[in-house]
Amino acid sequence: MRHLFPHPMLSATLLLAWLLLAGSLSLNSVLMAAMLAMLIPLLTRAYWPNRPQIRHPLRMVSYLALVLWDVIIANIQVARIILFMPAAQIKSAWITVPVDLPCPEALTLLAGTITLTPGTLTAEFSADNKALLIHALHAPDPDATRDEIKSRYESRLQRIFR
Amino acid sequence: MSLGIEILISALLVIGGSFGLIGSLGLLKLPEPMQRLHAPTKATTVGVGASLIAAALTLAWQTGEASWQSVMIAVFLFLTSPLSGLMLAKAHRHLSRPAVPPTGTEAPWAGDTPPKA
Repeated sequence: MRHLFPHPMLSATLLLAWLLLAGSLSLNSVLMAAMLAMLIPLLTRAYWPNRPQIRHPLRMVSYLALVLWDVIIANIQVARIILFMPAAQIKSAWITVPVDLPCPEALTLLAGTITLTPGTLTAEFSADNKALLIHALHAPDPDATRDEIKSRYESRLQRIFR
Repeated sequence: MSLGIEILISALLVIGGSFGLIGSLGLLKLPEPMQRLHAPTKATTVGVGASLIAAALTLAWQTGEASWQSVMIAVFLFLTSPLSGLMLAKAHRHLSRPAVPPTGTEAPWAGDTPPKA
């Protein structure tokens, strides 16, 4: 089994994604979905040797809900900065965020979250995956921005991934 | 179609359009390249999201079937926009070499050449 399905979660996701895209449960789309769910993990296995360990799937759901809410808030904040703040007053800053996450999947998730949420954008990883370089659109207090990312997102991800 | 649903869908379309417009305005107004990157990665996700919800609601109301395709478009958008933002930021760092803070660890930023030993 392990040999045929190196990433069972990925296979399940692909199966579901294809069925939703096809929008039907006909034999055609089920066969196609099964084929993709088998072939894609096998073909990409060389680039993805380890299997991510999700300890708390429920916490993952609540994390995604939190991020979704923050995305809406982020949009309103960025919109207000664009509309009402004179360009000279916008204080942009580069910020280094030290991170301590157990696997690359968690780091990717954190980087994506940072880009989608309030006024921050992931620009680079450190070569040892222990720090993120982020750019903040308007950060009068860079340290506070860094601490918020660590307490709001990183601590939750640490609890989700092993 | 009942009036309540029509008002809801119209409101979503107006919200979507406004955020799309604001995102484009940000591209015009913000002075620095890295600042301009913030507008399309954020302001437009809600813009597109609201339009997609409006489309899904309209379809669901008219045909009585849930439109999963619009949900999938939103999911793919959320997966891809951080990645394209990251790639643009990397390209910007290679082209104009802005001063950035150190990593604070032993390794350099990925994409920078490590110091010669």
